[in-house]
Amino acid sequence: MAPRAKLFIPLVLFAVLALFLLRGLELDPKDLPSALIDQPLPQFELPSLGTQSLVSRDQVIGEVALFNIWATWCVSCRVEHPYLHQLAERGVPIYGINYKDDDSDALRWLEELGNPYRLNIVDAEGELGLDLGVYGAPETYLVDAGGVIRYRHVGVVGERVWQNILQPLYQELLAESAP
Amino acid sequence: MITLMSRALLLLCLLSAPSMAVIETYEFSDAALEQRYQVLTAELRCPKCQNQNIADSNAPIAQDLRKRLYQQLQEGASDDEILEYMVARYGEFVLYRPRFSGATAILWLAPILLLLAGAVVVLMTLRSRQQPTAAAAQTLSAAESQRLQSLLDDSESES
Repeated sequence: MAPRAKLFIPLVLFAVLALFLLRGLELDPKDLPSALIDQPLPQFELPSLGTQSLVSRDQVIGEVALFNIWATWCVSCRVEHPYLHQLAERGVPIYGINYKDDDSDALRWLEELGNPYRLNIVDAEGELGLDLGVYGAPETYLVDAGGVIRYRHVGVVGERVWQNILQPLYQELLAESAP
Repeated sequence: MITLMSRALLLLCLLSAPSMAVIETYEFSDAALEQRYQVLTAELRCPKCQNQNIADSNAPIAQDLRKRLYQQLQEGASDDEILEYMVARYGEFVLYRPRFSGATAILWLAPILLLLAGAVVVLMTLRSRQQPTAAAAQTLSAAESQRLQSLLDDSESES
């Protein structure tokens, strides 16, 4: 190699490194891909909030729906709550998973802020959460009509998340399940 | 006054420390199980607080994972079964030593490849230094010595 060309080696190495670091700036390390994408919703049999009955997996699948992990101790869930109302009004089925929470607190929350959920699954011990690979609240799972998890959003679902990510997928799944 | 205050502060620090470290303890029927528990909690990564293993982390999710790990150990699950269970839920991310697969190949192989690349660079550098180019450059060819002589003559005639 010509000695002059050799002088450019550090520059090239720097450029490659800079490209990697630049890409790194855009990545969010907290944004973990869910291991359950394209996996069936796990089996469960847990109490339904505010009733004496148990609810199992078979009772909540069959249509495209959102499963929202929430808790009264979760501050962001309070931020998210009004938007869930909007979605429910537009006819999006939402099931709540009340994650590691106290039943009476949860019922009071729903009384105060309203209830956008079809029903709420009580996951007091976080067992269903563990099977779903939940690591915090709020998290929202998009489940198709066959009961398969298609998308997981970590964090608050708001207008932008719905418009940009969830709604297109939701419509696609609706079209998929229509005969 | 200042010493009194600093002593009071020190006392406060001492008092607050134990309340920070609330990590539950589990009773094991067998010392070998406890040993495996220690190893596995050190190997599993907390999904919430990403730079801690579940042994160090106080996050609720880490507590849940420790609890599940304890239950599985008591039920007699093997290490592989437990790791498989965790990976099925939290992905390869949950292992501090991810298993070798297509997705993790570059992670495992990069150090070896970089070491090999370094060795190649060192070898090439050494080889180019050993070549007797330096000695050859010091002897002048007939044309060069003639030119040198003429240059010297020129400078002499100028002065």
